[in-house]
Amino acid sequence: MSGTDNFEAVVQERRTEAVAEFHEDKTLIKRFQHALHTTPALVPMIVLIASIVLFGLLIGNRFFSAGTLTLILQQVQLVGIVAAAQTLVIMTAGIDLSVGAITVLCSVIMGQFAFRYGIPVPIAILCGLALGTALGTLNGWLVAVMKLPPFIVTLGTWQIILASNFLYSANETIRSQEIEAQAPLLQFFANTFKIGADENGRGGATFTYGVIFMILLVVVLAYALRQTAWGRHVYAVGDDPDAAQLSGVNVRGTLISVYALSGLICAFAGWALIGRIGSVSPTSGAELNIQSITAVVIGGISLFGGRGSIVGALFGALIVGVFSLGLRLLGADAQWTFFFIGVLIIVAVAVDQWIRKVAA
Amino acid sequence: MAVEPLLKGRGLVKRYGKVVALDHCDFDLYPGEILAVIGDNGAGKSTLIKAVSGAVVPDEGEIFLEGRKVHFTKPTEARAAGIETVYQTLAMSPALSIADNMFMGRELRKPGIMGSVLRQLDRPRMERFAREKLTELGLMTIQNINQAVETLSGGQRQGVAVARAAAFGSKVIILDEPTAALGVKESRRVLELILDVRSRGIPIILISHNMPHVFEVADRIHVHRLGRRLCVIRPQNHTMSDAVAYMTGARVPDTEFETA
Repeated sequence: MSGTDNFEAVVQERRTEAVAEFHEDKTLIKRFQHALHTTPALVPMIVLIASIVLFGLLIGNRFFSAGTLTLILQQVQLVGIVAAAQTLVIMTAGIDLSVGAITVLCSVIMGQFAFRYGIPVPIAILCGLALGTALGTLNGWLVAVMKLPPFIVTLGTWQIILASNFLYSANETIRSQEIEAQAPLLQFFANTFKIGADENGRGGATFTYGVIFMILLVVVLAYALRQTAWGRHVYAVGDDPDAAQLSGVNVRGTLISVYALSGLICAFAGWALIGRIGSVSPTSGAELNIQSITAVVIGGISLFGGRGSIVGALFGALIVGVFSLGLRLLGADAQWTFFFIGVLIIVAVAVDQWIRKVAA
Repeated sequence: MAVEPLLKGRGLVKRYGKVVALDHCDFDLYPGEILAVIGDNGAGKSTLIKAVSGAVVPDEGEIFLEGRKVHFTKPTEARAAGIETVYQTLAMSPALSIADNMFMGRELRKPGIMGSVLRQLDRPRMERFAREKLTELGLMTIQNINQAVETLSGGQRQGVAVARAAAFGSKVIILDEPTAALGVKESRRVLELILDVRSRGIPIILISHNMPHVFEVADRIHVHRLGRRLCVIRPQNHTMSDAVAYMTGARVPDTEFETA
């Protein structure tokens, strides 16, 4: 062979210094950055604890009681459930603007099927859940098979579903008393159990079934995302769909399953919505899509996909809950809540960008 | 020669509209060899490789693996048949761990109910296997198998990608420009890795523009020109300038084939 290719032999002799060594940076900030990189839910957890401590110090026992803290849980249950659905979609580098609309339409379907057509309540509820799944699957099909951008798809289905909701329900509200009398199962998620209440049932920690459902849902999804192949595929598809495809992941199937599951979770949220407000109202839940995206972003889930954890979204929802109740107890103008949430969103995204630098 | 090619292509044709990317191209890979595929840009070498790895379905022609005719319509089918491709982009998910990436698309599940009903992954077994495979290929400068791939250097990523390709009982490994994005030291490491893999008896198809690298590791060089195999040369009998002259059409080779 010609002598020209000997130039690399020099390098070969010095192999002992290990070519591909991983240098651990030891400064405190770098370590912190690395810890955040491996555990993305750490930031929202710290913010959550800090905000609870802050409001606890400012407000005192009135805030630090079991009753108030569980009240926050009740107030965020819907956002928490919908944020779990939103997390799945955002994890695949998508976005689901139709979550609120699906939630409302499903609650209306459950109510109207039971009251307008006299269908047995459990079957009406199943119809609502099936419809949510079907609408989610439609979103997924448009995104995965038709290759349309998720933002556009769900912007479209959001309008379509919301309009269908008003057309079908004819703006009719089913009143709480009627539901309570004829179809209490629709208000299932409003059932409560209390811990540490006095004889009159006052005070203590109050958990609605909706809150329990939200926590169980987060636990189940966290398990699925971390411990199953499907979960790994969701991350891989969000990270780099082409790479995932070449590694043998069924990208199309994974995407459709994510949107379908998101639809199903929203349908459950629709059921929980009836429990929360008591009635079936086609005008309720309109802000859920923006609120869920807010919770997801504050929860440290990257809008670029592939990063974050479902627990982070729950923390994100709780942070919003703590701020809104805390500021209200302080007697501040409600606008301050939005003000601080806006700040938190921008900080959260800035932190996400900073964490990503660990890769460089 | 009595040795049958392990992977054989005959009369492969692929047209993209009016462009003929493959023009009745033949292709042979013998057991245990490193076959380099070189060719000018647009010569159709990537189409040839895609046809063999299932990413492209040829319009005409036949592909034989171990003497049996195969027909791939998807990369996953070629992979199931034992043809592993390491793409230039490496096809890895940066945010996931080394172990997760190695098993992407063929995860192991826990035995019993945890695996069959709850679909739980067998993390310890996957991690042990990944560690073994990396050690075998001398890549254990990587300390933590749960490290995210994005925290690895370019050479390490290439190493993990090659280890993944070599890990699953594959019959053929296709490497697309494995040293293109790497520095001098890391290229060296990857070339050693390629020789390591060959010493395990797995034949390799190496696509590269880097003549020194090609001449150093390849047993035979497939020169691709104008959509077909121009000649197959042995690096011992030719200089790099010869090879470049053949592939650019500056000179016509005297011998057309030099088999294994």
